[in-house]
Amino acid sequence: MSDQKPLSFHVPAPAVRPGGTPDFSDVQISRAGEVERPPVDVAPEKIREHAYKIIRVLNRDSEAVGPWAGLLSDAELLEGLRHMMTLRAFDARMQMAQRQGKTSFYMQHMGEEAVSCAFRKALEPGDMNFPTYRQAGLLIADGYPMLDMMNQIYSNELDPMKGRQLPVMYSSREHGFFSISGNLATQYIQAVGWAMASAIKGDTRIAAGWIGDGSTAESDFHAALVFASTYKAPVVLNIVNNQWAISTFQGIARGGSGTFAARGLGFGIPALRVDGNDYPAVHAVAKWAVERARRNLGPTLVEYVTYRVGAHSTSDDPSAYRPKTESDAWPLGDPVLRLKNHLILRGVWSEERHKQAEAEIMSEVIAIQKEAETHGTLHTGPHPSARDMFEGVFEEMPPHLRRQRQQGGV
Amino acid sequence: MPRKTMVEAIRDAMDVCMKRDDNVVVFGEDVGYFGGVFRCTQGLQQKYGSNRVFDTPINESGIVGAAVGMAAYGLRPCVEIQFADYMYPAYDQIVSEAARLRYRSNGQFIAPIVVRMPTGGGIFGGQTHSQSPEALFTHVSGLKTVVPSNPYDAKGLLISAIEDNDPVIFLEPKRLYNGPFDGHHERPVTPWARHALGEVPDGHYTVPLGKAAIRREGSAVTVLAYGTMVYVAEAAAEETGIDAEIIDLRTLLPYDLDTIVASVKKTGRCVVVHEATLTSGYGAELSAIVQENCFYNLEAPVMRVTGWDTPYPHAQEWDYFPGPARVGRALKAVMEA
Repeated sequence: MSDQKPLSFHVPAPAVRPGGTPDFSDVQISRAGEVERPPVDVAPEKIREHAYKIIRVLNRDSEAVGPWAGLLSDAELLEGLRHMMTLRAFDARMQMAQRQGKTSFYMQHMGEEAVSCAFRKALEPGDMNFPTYRQAGLLIADGYPMLDMMNQIYSNELDPMKGRQLPVMYSSREHGFFSISGNLATQYIQAVGWAMASAIKGDTRIAAGWIGDGSTAESDFHAALVFASTYKAPVVLNIVNNQWAISTFQGIARGGSGTFAARGLGFGIPALRVDGNDYPAVHAVAKWAVERARRNLGPTLVEYVTYRVGAHSTSDDPSAYRPKTESDAWPLGDPVLRLKNHLILRGVWSEERHKQAEAEIMSEVIAIQKEAETHGTLHTGPHPSARDMFEGVFEEMPPHLRRQRQQGGV
Repeated sequence: MPRKTMVEAIRDAMDVCMKRDDNVVVFGEDVGYFGGVFRCTQGLQQKYGSNRVFDTPINESGIVGAAVGMAAYGLRPCVEIQFADYMYPAYDQIVSEAARLRYRSNGQFIAPIVVRMPTGGGIFGGQTHSQSPEALFTHVSGLKTVVPSNPYDAKGLLISAIEDNDPVIFLEPKRLYNGPFDGHHERPVTPWARHALGEVPDGHYTVPLGKAAIRREGSAVTVLAYGTMVYVAEAAAEETGIDAEIIDLRTLLPYDLDTIVASVKKTGRCVVVHEATLTSGYGAELSAIVQENCFYNLEAPVMRVTGWDTPYPHAQEWDYFPGPARVGRALKAVMEA
């Protein structure tokens, strides 16, 4: 074997780093309307190419085209636009509040607003999401009170989580939003378990699991796919591929598999990729997957191809690892702008109305923020008591915790 | 009264709970059709159907993660990890998810799950079928940790655990499944059928979590034990003639401080025994509890008799296992101190 060359070690790297010219030429973008819409009971092996192409509805001329178009009315699209604009305004204010020292931490959605806002509208009351920290659109699009979100972010006296959780780790059973852990991927298999329970009980409700591109590398992603596949769980397994896991480009988690959606194929789970910045496309694919689950046809894996325009969190600085202008070069554009332009083309929206709506939404958000701040922010004003810290560890406080609370003088 | 092995008692507990509550489901590796490698779930699938008793893929994180999701839905999963030695892949789901769900969601979601796992050595299982990881659970806030030592308690504690609204780790000393093993591996074990605690009432009853039992009353020294070590300590007391009071903790968290403190204050001496490794083991907590609460009543330092700080060996099992001779030496040492 002496004529063999030595082995070499392969570490994938993004095409461009800071200082370079952004280049997404290797991202294969399907034409809007190009990818067919199969019946929901299609055999997964018949739609293998759906795991590699990108389902898109809105084309470059802002028209809605192809077999996935036409599911939403003008009113529904206008509502979707408003949800995304609300999330963006909310993010802007909370990002600023963190910079002002009113809370410790924040995570924004810039560029990814369509994914959670449009998905929520495909669900029914009673369905349950198992989200990550970047799906607040699920709450906003379901009418969860923004005041409660801000109270949680500020850990103030009205924080529904009593100050126990890092900002943005919301929880709302009523709004089908499972408590966010902050640990990665754990919620994916829990979503499958919840869906299994619904099937065991002969219920009609379904679950949706959420994960990021980076966290698909976690073992719990595999656990979720195995269990979902084995028990045909009524669950939609969502992968939000926003290209970046903090500073790590998606190629590190994806490896040689081509796409994240393609991971579903080996499990016999129908896998689709969709333009995550295309509100009607996200909604149409979500509807398709939700219907499959509801009709007892089992799980669907959906990859939303999008781009994280902002930093991972307020503790992150993307200029250290990617070109500053990379988001401008992202070939799938901005979800708010694309839906806005489509609605203008439909004749139900205008630049003026958009500007007016932006101002209205921002003033509503600011008014709610002011109200939230009257109940305290992280370091000032009323906040949950030290006594609250000892509550809720167990249903009933055991003696050792009671003694510790006494020792703590609370 | 019917006599049962610990396996039968554990199975009976699940049967009773499944009959009373449709939301109780049982699953794990090999637990469905086959009834579990230790037979604890034998017959349950035939009785309750594969909707409620089923086999899972070999993925412990998946088993516990799915259980957490099911519990959030409203079920009461009682899952089996085939050996406690295999629970590590599920540790994140246990520690970061099940244990904290009530707290972090302010009670919106809870995790009333039971994770059963055979624990401890004595079966020549080597390092992958013999470990005692209880301290890895008692160190975690939000978990209850239970170790039964006999069929009566096993059934009553497991029913309590399944009915509890918080996650419970239920460690089953596998060497006790068929009889009260006292560490004398060279002798046959008395079957549970000939032991008073093998009497297991039919139907529903509970043994409360958080309450210890005094297995042997004595005045000379308190032995704090659980699981297999209860019988090892009994043998050591008989063989040394030292009038030890043996406390079977039954629940390690929450622990029964009152029973521990009352006994040590009475005897003035304390030996802590467990199979698990010494350093940072649960015995360290017990030792600290005794020191903090009984310091002025102690006639001698608290001693610990435990497994050595090595991986659990195969051929050297009986050199590793803290048997009656080692416990007896500790009893003598605290009496002479």
